[in-house]
Amino acid sequence: MSTASASAGGASAPHSRFRAALPYLGILALALVVPLVGNDYWTLIATRAAIYWVLVSGLNLIIGFAGQLAIGYVALLLVGAYTTSVLTSGNLGFTLPTLAAFGVAGCFGAVFGVVVGLPALRLRTFYFAITTLGFATIVTQIALAWQDVTGGGIGISGPEMPEPFDTRMGFHLLCVTAASLCTWMTLNVASSRFGRSLVAVRDADVAAEAVGISKPRLLVSIFLFAGAVAAIAGGLFASLQTYITPEAFSFDLSLLFFIAVLIGGRGSVIGPLIGTIVLTILPEIAAPLAAWSTFLYAALLLVIVLVIPGGIADLLDAASRRPLPAERVVAPDPAALAALMAGREAASSTPMVLTGVKLRFGGLKALDGVDLTVTPGEVHGLIGPNGSGKTTTLNVISGYYRPQEGSVAIAGRELLGDGPETRASRGIARTFQTPRIVGEETVLENVMIGGTALGRANLAEALLSLPRNRADEARLRADARLALRAVGLEGLDDAQAGRLQHSELRFMEIARALMIRPAFLLLDEPAAGLSVQEIERLGFLVSSLAGHGVGVLLVEHHADLIFDVCERITVLNLGRVLAAGTPAEIRSHKEVVSAYLGA
Amino acid sequence: MLYSILTSGLAVGAVYALIGITYNIMYSTSRVMSFTAGQLGMLGGVLGSLFTLRLGIPWPIGLLLTLACCALVGIVTEFVAVRPVLKSLDQHLYVLSTLALALMIQQVTAIKWSTEPQPFPRLFEGMGQEVLDEKFWLPVVACAVVVVALELLFRRTLVGHAFLAVAEDNFAARALGLPERGLRVMSYALAGAIGALAGYAGGQLLLAFFANGPHLNFYGFIPVALGGLGNNRGAVIGGIVLGLFQQAANFVVGGIFASVAVFSLFIVVLLIAPQGLFGTASGRRV
Repeated sequence: MSTASASAGGASAPHSRFRAALPYLGILALALVVPLVGNDYWTLIATRAAIYWVLVSGLNLIIGFAGQLAIGYVALLLVGAYTTSVLTSGNLGFTLPTLAAFGVAGCFGAVFGVVVGLPALRLRTFYFAITTLGFATIVTQIALAWQDVTGGGIGISGPEMPEPFDTRMGFHLLCVTAASLCTWMTLNVASSRFGRSLVAVRDADVAAEAVGISKPRLLVSIFLFAGAVAAIAGGLFASLQTYITPEAFSFDLSLLFFIAVLIGGRGSVIGPLIGTIVLTILPEIAAPLAAWSTFLYAALLLVIVLVIPGGIADLLDAASRRPLPAERVVAPDPAALAALMAGREAASSTPMVLTGVKLRFGGLKALDGVDLTVTPGEVHGLIGPNGSGKTTTLNVISGYYRPQEGSVAIAGRELLGDGPETRASRGIARTFQTPRIVGEETVLENVMIGGTALGRANLAEALLSLPRNRADEARLRADARLALRAVGLEGLDDAQAGRLQHSELRFMEIARALMIRPAFLLLDEPAAGLSVQEIERLGFLVSSLAGHGVGVLLVEHHADLIFDVCERITVLNLGRVLAAGTPAEIRSHKEVVSAYLGA
Repeated sequence: MLYSILTSGLAVGAVYALIGITYNIMYSTSRVMSFTAGQLGMLGGVLGSLFTLRLGIPWPIGLLLTLACCALVGIVTEFVAVRPVLKSLDQHLYVLSTLALALMIQQVTAIKWSTEPQPFPRLFEGMGQEVLDEKFWLPVVACAVVVVALELLFRRTLVGHAFLAVAEDNFAARALGLPERGLRVMSYALAGAIGALAGYAGGQLLLAFFANGPHLNFYGFIPVALGGLGNNRGAVIGGIVLGLFQQAANFVVGGIFASVAVFSLFIVVLLIAPQGLFGTASGRRV
């Protein structure tokens, strides 16, 4: 996450912002200088690198950020190239001006990008990889077969650029401008909640749903963007080639795009940019090896996967290697918590009610008629032996499981029909038994993910960094800092989350859950793996949350913590409620004592 | 025409089914779907042609050499592209490492062999003509032999049982003291041989062509996806159905639109049933 975090962190300090922009400016300067000092041949290569980057910048969001292995992206280059060429050629009986043809190609590419990407919404990685590969083959075959329109194997002329872009220099400047624009836009997305959501979908998809990220909606919007820029790149590519045949869109090209992103590193913009440039130049300087270029790409890919899975970006990222302060203590800050919770709209007093929830997995009755009421401002303990259905109950409330019978409702409104991504907007947040985090992002970014549902700007606003997006970002960042102080992780904002201790991750997850200022907070064994002192502080934090009107449902095995902080306790056994009542009642309940607590 | 659809459909279907089994054998011990499956099929054709037509070795020996070479390629795959990424299966790095290796195999073949399709030797001159030509029944026989042999291996031998145990639950198998790693290497060798046999038996249909790999990757994957990962019976049924459908579409609407038809149908079926038609739902996420 080097670049995204660098540029995001830079928003507050103009100096570091400039420093983050430096590599990009350097590359831009280089691209502008090449035609002045080099010959036409090198200008051509620089132009080609710029065009490839227009495509790769979009693809980077899909592969590098969202982690969807789209291999056959040359299909979209082809679609764009042929759309612009055909529309300007008159093969269809009419001719569009070049600019209009590019516009049509962009729209066409956006639609096609979604079509190619659609399988990613339902299929597993390898399946998606192979379907994109299939697309690439099919599209080439169609271009070959549809002779009246595409010219078949003979080919078709690329679109001619209008003045002043019809000279080599003019065209080069046009392509570099397009590439710069794409860099700027993808950087904007990377540092917005969309970029963080994409990474969350990649590394912590379950948590992403819990904070309200709808994977299909998010991916479709990214596919639209990536498809559009890829098709534009296709138009530019056709124009550069002046004449295109289906053979120009070989699998090697797909491979170049794909590997450029991976060499660059996941979740980075500068890395893939450098990767694209290197891979475009590589076959030129190694001319005798031209026949082996695919082999070289493939060997490079293998080496990267096996040796530096983080790619170029990882090598450049010095910040993540800086040592963290030793002897850290988690110290929740009540004042920060109060400030954070003060930002919420009037606390509601309607409880969340579970009635008769029954869930079966095949013949196994995981939940067999659970009744439970979580009241705002109260800590409700949920205890019971292993396999009694505690976590399952949380998962039903969060929407991961859909029970066969029963209801979960807040103020009479049923929750069960809707998917897990709807819970955040209903004021329900949660943590997980094993913290589900994005290890490569900073602690602050991880916490900001929790507020995704609060963002108002859409992807277009994020791409162009419009005021509403900047306001979203500023608010999320301020909230996240407050939430981190509230749970006691001050000073770790910019540390990479993966380097934190296990106990700190538990508190970080709570901070993430607090971002929506939840009405109900579900904690799944938050004390597991914590020291005695940390458990004490956790108890204090949970109690103060209830004091601010949050209804906490606490699944825990530490009996001391449960009896210290809970106002009510429900005991589950074999999917049924064994007992429910105040801590005092539970402590003296015979069956509970014999089944669970022990004498 | 019906006869030609049936015979050619069964023939290519059998090749696809064998590649599907190749995927499955590798998957069952490692949970890895390897892009090398199609390349093994390609190598089966190329090596078969190399040994018998170019080097003049009698075909039974050539076949054995082909199987041995591809078994070796399978083992190399395991060591180079699979073992190093197994500890982080959830990152799907195997997609990249096996793709890289597959491309390297393909590129070396293209440069060292030929970029043009080369003829494949006829094995039994004079047995059957026209629709009963050997190029149509060889793949079907090969597929039947593999299915029966695997069935015997899994049911009758100790190694087969151990193999199934690893496929079922490799942690439990390791806890029982089974040599999980050795079995995995063996499974990759076995997959290599089966993939080679697919390409060898289908050699007269597909020719010895370096670019057969991606084609077989895709068409061999369809039966696996439809039949459910690791389900060999599903792969055989899926492969045969795919072959028949593809050949029928070929005759009715012509080559290119046939591949479009196959592809569209594949996507639609997968979107409706992501686990495949004979597969079971995946485990819990939370």
